[in-house]
Amino acid sequence: MMSILKRMAAVSVPLFAAQACAAPLSTLDPAGPSAEAIAWLWWVFLAGAGGLTLFVMALLALSFGAPRAVSERRWTWGLGVWFSLAILSAMLVAGVAVGERLLPRDTALEVRAHAQQWSWTFTHPGPDGTVIETGRDLHIPAGQPVDVRITSADVIHSFWVPRLAGKMDAIPGRENVLRLQAASPGIYEGRCAEFCGIGYATHRFRVIAHDPADWPASVPAQAEEAPE
Amino acid sequence: MTENSMPPADHLANPPQPALRLHRELTRVWSNAPGIRGVFTAVNHSTIGLRFMCTALIFFGIGGLLAMLIRTQLATRKGAFLDTEIYNQIFTMHGSIMMFLFAIPMLEGLAMYLLPKMLGTRDMAFPRLSAFGYWCYLFGGLILIGALLMGVAPRDGWFMYTPLSGSTYSPGINADVWLLGVTFVEISALAAAVEITVTILRMRAPGMKLTQMPLFAWYILGAAVMMLAGFPPLILGSVLLEIERAFGWPFFDPERGGDPLLWQHLFWLFGHPEVYIIFLPAAGILSTVIPVLSRTRILGYGAIVASILGLVFLSFGLWVHHMFAVGIPHMALAFFSAASLLVAVPTAVQVFAWIGTMWKGRPQLKLPMLYILGFFFTFVMGGLTGVMLAIVPFNWQAHDTAFVTAHLHYVLIGGFVFPMMAGLAYWLPMISGRRRIKGLGELAFWTILVGFHGTFFIMHLTGLVGMPRRIDVYPDHPEWEMLNLVSSVFSFVMTFGFALFALDCILQAWLGKHARRDPWKAPTLDWAMALPPPAYNFASLPRPDMTGSEYAGGAEVALTLARGEGVLPGAPRGHREVLVTGIGHASPQHVAILPANTALPIQFAASIGVFVLMMLFGLYYVALAALLPVLWFAWRWARALVPAGSVPPVEIAPGLQLPTHYDSAATLTGSGLACFLFANGTFFASLIFGLAFITLVSPGPAPPPLEGQAAVSAMLIAGGLLAAALASLVPGRALKEVSEAGSPLRLIAFGLAANLAALAALAGLAIWQLGDPRVHAQTAVRAALLGYVALQLFITAIFAAFALDQARRGELAAGHLGALRHWNLWQGYTLAIGAISAAVIWAQVLSQ
Repeated sequence: MMSILKRMAAVSVPLFAAQACAAPLSTLDPAGPSAEAIAWLWWVFLAGAGGLTLFVMALLALSFGAPRAVSERRWTWGLGVWFSLAILSAMLVAGVAVGERLLPRDTALEVRAHAQQWSWTFTHPGPDGTVIETGRDLHIPAGQPVDVRITSADVIHSFWVPRLAGKMDAIPGRENVLRLQAASPGIYEGRCAEFCGIGYATHRFRVIAHDPADWPASVPAQAEEAPE
Repeated sequence: MTENSMPPADHLANPPQPALRLHRELTRVWSNAPGIRGVFTAVNHSTIGLRFMCTALIFFGIGGLLAMLIRTQLATRKGAFLDTEIYNQIFTMHGSIMMFLFAIPMLEGLAMYLLPKMLGTRDMAFPRLSAFGYWCYLFGGLILIGALLMGVAPRDGWFMYTPLSGSTYSPGINADVWLLGVTFVEISALAAAVEITVTILRMRAPGMKLTQMPLFAWYILGAAVMMLAGFPPLILGSVLLEIERAFGWPFFDPERGGDPLLWQHLFWLFGHPEVYIIFLPAAGILSTVIPVLSRTRILGYGAIVASILGLVFLSFGLWVHHMFAVGIPHMALAFFSAASLLVAVPTAVQVFAWIGTMWKGRPQLKLPMLYILGFFFTFVMGGLTGVMLAIVPFNWQAHDTAFVTAHLHYVLIGGFVFPMMAGLAYWLPMISGRRRIKGLGELAFWTILVGFHGTFFIMHLTGLVGMPRRIDVYPDHPEWEMLNLVSSVFSFVMTFGFALFALDCILQAWLGKHARRDPWKAPTLDWAMALPPPAYNFASLPRPDMTGSEYAGGAEVALTLARGEGVLPGAPRGHREVLVTGIGHASPQHVAILPANTALPIQFAASIGVFVLMMLFGLYYVALAALLPVLWFAWRWARALVPAGSVPPVEIAPGLQLPTHYDSAATLTGSGLACFLFANGTFFASLIFGLAFITLVSPGPAPPPLEGQAAVSAMLIAGGLLAAALASLVPGRALKEVSEAGSPLRLIAFGLAANLAALAALAGLAIWQLGDPRVHAQTAVRAALLGYVALQLFITAIFAAFALDQARRGELAAGHLGALRHWNLWQGYTLAIGAISAAVIWAQVLSQ
C-alpha cells in the first residue's frame, strides 16, 4: 500500500508541480536572489527528506522477519544521536549561510510599506526629494537591493512577495525591514500573510519592478493608478 | 518502619483468601453509586478516565465536522458555501477544539485510566480532583460549543494574536468566549498534571523503582511536568488579555506602551511545549505496544528515559520558532533555529530505539501495529518538514502558508492520532472486555491512511505555490484549485475512515465476544486483572517480586493478587485504601485513605462555571459575588478531608503496620501542593517576564511618573513585607506548639491578622501610590503583579482561617496537624514571591 502511495506521489507530484510552480505567488518560481536562494534550499531539503524517509521505511520493512541480535549503542547513539546530529548540523550550516546572504548589510534604497485593515500605503522617494505615495502597487527599480520598512496602523499583518523574498510581519508599534530585489523588470504579486480579520483574503498588493533607467520617473502618482 | 527501608518481598505477602469474597468486599467500597447518582458523584479513575476519553472523542468528531466545512469551502476557488465571518469562526474553533478539547483531555483520560493499573495501585492520588477536572473540562467545552451554535464563537485564529483579538478589532464576546472558556478547561489540565505527577512519584507498587517503572509512566510524567510549566504562561496571557478587554488595562496596546509581541511570547511559551505535551503520551503508547507486539523487550530503556528528559528541557527553549517573521534580532534567530533543530535529536533516538526493538523481536502485523506503521510513515515526514521549518530563511517563505497546515497535521495526526488509535486498538479489549470484530479495523486504518496522505501530502505544494492558511476564497488563483480539490476529496475519504473506526469501537463493545485475560501476553501490570477491570483494580497490591525488574510480572500474578496474597488486601475497614510509597525506591511509607463518591467536584466546578459565565456576560459585580460560592465549596472540599476521630494504623501484611496519612508527614496532599506551587511559581515567573518585557523591550511611549511619594511607597512595601514575614513564622511555631502543648489558638489568630495586615498594606499601595492601571502598560502590569501577590496573601489568609477553625474545634493535636503544614508551605511561597515583587516594584520607583 505504501509503495502504491509513493508511486502515486512520484507520478502525480511532478505533474502538479510543473503546472503549479510557475504561478504569481509561487515560492518555487523565484524572480530575485532571496527567493532563489530559498527555493534552492527547498529543493535540497526535499531531496534529503525523500532519501531519509526511504531510509527509515527500509529499516522498518527489514524489521519484519526473524529476531536478530541488535546493538543498543548502534541504534540509540549511532543512528539516534550521531547520524541525526550530522544531518541537522549540515542543515543549520546551509540555513545560516543562506540567511546571512539575505540580510540587509550595505545601505540600499528605502521604501515604506504601511499596512492597515485591508489596504496598503506605499511611500517612495520621488525625483528631487519629493515623496510619492501609492495605494496598490509598490514600485522598485529592478536589479538593485531595496529595503522595505514595514509598519502597521492597526493589527498584525505580514508583507509577502513570494517570488522575490520571504515574509516579514507588520506589527503596530514596531518597524521591520525586509530586503527585496527583483532580478528583472516586471509585476510581482504580493499579499498579506498574517490573518488580519474579515478582509484577509483580499488583502493584496503588487510590486512593480521598473527598469532602473526609468526609476523613479516611471512611478505613477496614486491618482494615476489604474483601478483593479 | 523507617521512610526508606524496603521489606523483603516475602514479608509483604498475605495469606490467601477466597477471591470472590474479596471482590465483593472491595466492590462495595470502591464502586460508583448506582443509577443517576453515580453520574454526578463518581470519582473512580477508570470512570473519570473513560469519561475524559469519550468526551474528547465527541469533541474530535465536532472538530472533524468543522474541518469538513472548511474543506468544502476551499474545494473551489469562489466557494460560496460559508460567509467569511462564519468561516473565520469555524477554522478558529477547529484548531481550538482539536488542541484544547480533544488532544489534551484525551491524553489526560488515557493517563488517568491506565496509570493506576500500570503502577499497581487502586486509584489516582486525588480522585475528587480527577472528577473536578472533568467537570471543568465539560463545562468549559460546552461554553465554547454553545458559542459556536449561537454564532458568536471566537474568530481570531486559535492563537488569538493581539491586537486583532483586543476589544478594538474584536468587539463582542467572541474573543472572551475563547479566553474564559479555554482557561476554564485548562483548570482540568493543571489538576490532571498535579495528580498525575503525584501518582507516578508516590503511588507505585512497593519496590517498583523509579528507574524500572514502565516507560509509559516516564512519558506521562514528562508530559505532566511540562503541563505544570507550560500551561501557566497561557493562563497568564489569557487572564491579562481578558483584563485588557474587560477593564482596559493596556498590556498589549502599543499606543499605551503595551506590546502585541508579549502575547506571542506568552502564547508560544505554552504553545510549543504543548506539541511535545501531546507527543510524549503518544510516544509512551508506542514504547509500550511496540515491544509487546514484537514479542521482545524495549531496546534502550535508559536512552529513551534520557530522551524524554531532554525533550522536556529542550522544548521550553524554542518557542520563538513560531515568531521568525516578527523581526527578532539576528543572533536570537540563529540560537532558536539551532535549538529547534536540536530537539529533533531526542526524537530521533526514540524513533531508532523503536525500530531497533522491532529488529530485535518478531513484529506481528496486528491492528495496533498497522497504526504504528502509519505513525512511522507519517511522523517521519512531519518531523522532516518540521526540521525544514526550523531553518529561518525557509521559514520566512513557508510560514503561515498551507505548507505549515500540512506540516502540523502530519505531526499531530502522525504523532498523536495514529499512536492514540494504536493504543485504543490495544486497550479496547480491556476497556470493553470484548474482542474485536475482524476486518473492520483494518479497513478503517487503510481508509484513514489513504485519506490522510491524499489530503495533506499535496497541501505542502499548495503552500509552496503561495496559498496562505486561513483564506476562504481565492478567485484569482486557478492554479490552487486542483490542489485544493484533491485535498477536499481525500479529506472526505479520511472522514469516512474515522467513521468506520468509531463504528468498529461501538460494534466491539456491543457485539464482540468476551475477551480473554491478557490477550496480548503483555508483561505489564495493567493486564494483571479481570476484563473489564474491577473498580478497585487489584484485590491486593503487587509485591516487589512482581514489579522488581524493568517490567512487572504480567498476567500470571493476576490470580495471586485476586486471592489477596499481595499487599493491603481487601477493604476490611470499609475505606478506599491505597499504599503511599517513596519517590525513588517505592518503599512503603503509609496508607492513604482516599475520599469516596461525592457530588462536591461537580458542585465546585459548577460554581466556577457561574463565575465564568458572569464574566462572559460582562456582569463583573455579579461575578465578584459569584466567587463566594466558589470559596464555600473550596472550604467544604478541605473540611471533607478532616477525619472524624483518630484512625488506627493499618496492617498491610502480617506483622507490618503502617500509619494512615492522617498521622504521616510526607502526605500525597503535601506533594500535590508542592506540584501546584511549582505551577504557581511558573505563573509568577511568566508575570515577571511580562513586566521585564514591557519595561525593557517594548517600544512605545514612556510611562507616566508615579503618583505617590517614594517615602510612602517605601513604608507600605516595608510594612507589608514585615507583616508577611511575621506571618510566615506562625505556622512553623504552631506546628511545634501543637505537638508540645495542645491548641495554639491565639498564635494562629495572630498569623491570620498578620496576613490581613499585609493585604491592607498592599491595598494601600495599589490605591494611593501606583496610579491608574488603564493609563500605561507598565502601570497595568505592575497592578497585575500587586493583584497576584494579593491573591496569594488572600489564599494564605484562608489557610490561616481554616487552621483557626480547626483549632477552635479542637481538631489539632499531636500527630494531627490538620492544615498547618500546608499553610506553612503556602505562607513560605507567598513570602518569597512577595519579597521578589517588592524588590521589582521598588526598583521601578527608584528608576523614576
